[in-house]
Amino acid sequence: MVKTVERDVELTCIRCPKGCALTVHVNPDNTATVTGNSCPKGEEYGRTEVLNPVRTVTSSVRIAGTKNGVVSVKTKGDIPKGKIFECMDALKGISVEAPVKIGDVIIENVADTGIDVVATANFE
Amino acid sequence: MKNVDILIIGGGPAGLAAGLSAKRNGVENVLILERDKCLGGILNQCIHNGFGLHTFKEELTGPEYADRYVTMVNTEAVPYMLNTMVCDISVADDGDKIVTAMNKENGMMKIKASAVILAMGCRERPRGALSIPGSRPAGIFSAGTAQYYVNMEGRMPGKKIVILGSGDIGLIMARRLKLEGAEVLCVAEIRPKSGGLKRHIVQCLEDFDIPLYLNTTVTCIHGKSRVEGVTLSQVDENMNHIKGTEKFVECDTLLLSCGLIPENELTTAAGASMDPKTGGPVVDSTLQCSIPGLFACGNVLHVHELVDHVSAEAERAGAFAANYVKGR
Ligand code: SF4
Repeated sequence: MVKTVERDVELTCIRCPKGCALTVHVNPDNTATVTGNSCPKGEEYGRTEVLNPVRTVTSSVRIAGTKNGVVSVKTKGDIPKGKIFECMDALKGISVEAPVKIGDVIIENVADTGIDVVATANFE
Repeated sequence: MKNVDILIIGGGPAGLAAGLSAKRNGVENVLILERDKCLGGILNQCIHNGFGLHTFKEELTGPEYADRYVTMVNTEAVPYMLNTMVCDISVADDGDKIVTAMNKENGMMKIKASAVILAMGCRERPRGALSIPGSRPAGIFSAGTAQYYVNMEGRMPGKKIVILGSGDIGLIMARRLKLEGAEVLCVAEIRPKSGGLKRHIVQCLEDFDIPLYLNTTVTCIHGKSRVEGVTLSQVDENMNHIKGTEKFVECDTLLLSCGLIPENELTTAAGASMDPKTGGPVVDSTLQCSIPGLFACGNVLHVHELVDHVSAEAERAGAFAANYVKGR
């Protein structure tokens, strides 16, 4: 079992714009107890933010054959914070063929995270 | 002259929700006028996530949130006109509103409406209103303009960026530009506290080690044809510069994110009473302005933090306008 130093971490929940002030108590057995949250998402956020931080990445990719057509994309779920720039690098060279629909997969399993990058806008 | 029961000015989040609500409340003859080439307003360029937790109980990006409403507007056959600019609202003797608008196909047109819902949103405070001394080189953008370039056209505004003002769009753009490979040197905020959401401070600045300087402003912009740098100075509690704290920062781009202003030229020209605190019209508990039959909702009324709140308010405005029309 991983041994962790018992400590309190103060942070702001960013799962929604309300921004609750959380206190995450990290227990010696590497589990965490969260207080200050207004909903269950906050509890989950506090725990993962301290033990294994993740983010949703949003960006855009070019539409092939257009001068400056772009379509916005996101990681369909959270990816580890440390993988953000790897995900951006994967998106850099990409251009997609129109038409694009919301939810279309742009990159599968981006940066080996097990998460797909999907379109968040339609492009005729 | 075209005749409608409820005319909605603006096809962004407020206008879409107001139009849907008016129709759902039994008024069939409604019309949304939108000046852009598509519905959705500013949401289309807000490609970050965090929208919709209240309205749809899930976290969406701006374009996805807009699409939900656009889909409902299309399914429920709420009429709208794109590329149409409203230039005047006046009140006829019988209390009807005469709205003057124009577009390429119809030229100038007048539309008679029993009620009008103002849903024009807001715009960013421009550089002129900030009175920063220095020259007028290229490379100075409002954060929203930079957002449009990057997210709608795939173009970068510059490589070394300083952001003045820690409004939410500025914070969002700090992250966006950093992710796209720019150097984001700092965000300077004249007040002792950021105006942006805590969530954005964490996700956009702290995640990427972008410094936020509080009580700090830009006191000079350097460069002739292109920005070459800015002078940052600290300010005291009266926002006066503290001599000796000046610091030169080399950069090629300055983004301004210094607040939003409700866009009320039409409202003031129509003669509605304005509230100097919010920058929006004075409304009663039914979101009705001082002119009967003129309703306002969303950022044109006051700047909202969450689009979900805009949608909720616009839904109420649509219902109140429907009641007004049915009661006449
Ligand atoms: S705890 Fe819930 S309500 Fe509070 S910021 Fe997090 S997600 Fe929002």
